[in-house]
Amino acid sequence: MKKDPKAITCENIWKTFRLHTGQRLLRQHLASWFGEEPSNQFHALKGVSFDVAKGEGLAVIGCNGSGKSTLLSVVVGLAQPDKGTVKVDGRIAALLELGSGFHPDLTGRENVYLNAALLGFNERQTKAMFEEIVDFSGVRDFIDEPLRTYSSGMMLRLAFSVAINVDPDVLIIDEVLGVGDADFQTKCHERIRGFRRAGKTFLCVSHNKGALMELCDRAVWLDHGEMMMCDRIENVFEAYEGRAALPKQRAE
Amino acid sequence: MWSGDYRFLLKNLMLKDFRIRYRNMSLGMFWSLLNPLVMLVVWNFVFTKIFTNPIHHFSLFILCGIVPFNFFTVGWLSGTSSLVDSAGLIKRVPIPREIVPIASVLSNCLHVVIQMALLLVFVLAGGLGVNIYWFFLPLIWALELVFVCGLALLFSALNVYVRDTRYFVESSNLVLFWLVPIFYPFSLVPQRFKELYQFNPIAALVLAMRDIVLDAKAPSNVLLIKLTLVSFLALGVGILGFRRLKPRFYDYL
Repeated sequence: MKKDPKAITCENIWKTFRLHTGQRLLRQHLASWFGEEPSNQFHALKGVSFDVAKGEGLAVIGCNGSGKSTLLSVVVGLAQPDKGTVKVDGRIAALLELGSGFHPDLTGRENVYLNAALLGFNERQTKAMFEEIVDFSGVRDFIDEPLRTYSSGMMLRLAFSVAINVDPDVLIIDEVLGVGDADFQTKCHERIRGFRRAGKTFLCVSHNKGALMELCDRAVWLDHGEMMMCDRIENVFEAYEGRAALPKQRAE
Repeated sequence: MWSGDYRFLLKNLMLKDFRIRYRNMSLGMFWSLLNPLVMLVVWNFVFTKIFTNPIHHFSLFILCGIVPFNFFTVGWLSGTSSLVDSAGLIKRVPIPREIVPIASVLSNCLHVVIQMALLLVFVLAGGLGVNIYWFFLPLIWALELVFVCGLALLFSALNVYVRDTRYFVESSNLVLFWLVPIFYPFSLVPQRFKELYQFNPIAALVLAMRDIVLDAKAPSNVLLIKLTLVSFLALGVGILGFRRLKPRFYDYL
């Protein structure tokens, strides 16, 4: 295997969604099947290119609806880009939404097992780390209660505790750093710093400037699907915060 | 992509489906017995008190029909809606998508085991006894499973794009109910339709079950070959169709 210093390489990523009025009519599908170009399109990503070196931390910032989450979905391989290529070297673990594999009628314990399986662990590994997960989450007293009885903070704690135990080469996190109270956040940040120190790659979407400045080296700024800037994180934040004053400038 | 333990994931998804179905029910698992028993009582009343019929062991005759048919209906329907029901999973967790409809179908297997136990009780109570041909049962049930998995893969993927698929499946099940010899004997089917009947895997399974349980004979080779062919054809079409449709799941969920 050749040595590639890049963990993630994205080239000219385009992602288009078709707008529909809630009805997924057979007629629409048939029309597109026969090559009719649909008129109501929405471009979520317009030619985004960037790369992340191994061991680097990259933040993705931008307003709501600017394409940040779509970008992460494309990198993880959940969504297929319409144009462009994505290359990822190494095993990815993605935390795009906390508790997306959780079910309210299952107990905390059952949910931990299910989520561990979804993240790719086997039974032996899950058993071995179960105690640690429960300790980290701090919800031991309720672990055999159904999840619907949990407060949202408790649920998020449990979900994050499972996910943080994944030991991938690339960790991708979407908006889930602001979990729980200050103590728990400190614990989570400590975990991610340890992860970075171990030379792993980190890609993160967040609106929490403090956390991002602490955990990332570089940043990508997206605006309406276009990449405005990709630079050192201080510079990007400076431009992003002063964006109202600046004339719109394009990347590249 | 995802490189985890398929079996552990499948097991946990099946457990999830199974648990959430009965967790909040007072009678729990008992429902999978109650359902066929109620149908049995009603049909016995209609077809032995209102219409008379010459079929021996009428309860068993019907059980051999509704156990496979129930599994087929529930498996096909829950498989079809599985992807849309787990949209959160499909959009946010990079697991192999095929595993979702398959787990949904497999999670119904415990019902089959319970209902086959019920069938065994009726067999013993009716004085028929277990015969050597019961060894065919695992084989034909495995073929049925292959068939339903194929259907579930194809229809769950279609259901993502066109949500009407679910209603189509529901209506088809109503139609199929009459086209499978559940409460009429196969011998009453006109000769020219008989060949066709055997290509319907559900009808084939019912016929094979009756051969084994009621007549203590092996299902015919022709029947087994047709069942095998159609089951694997369904699986093949299901896998290919699913593969073709899955790249755009994210856009439509």
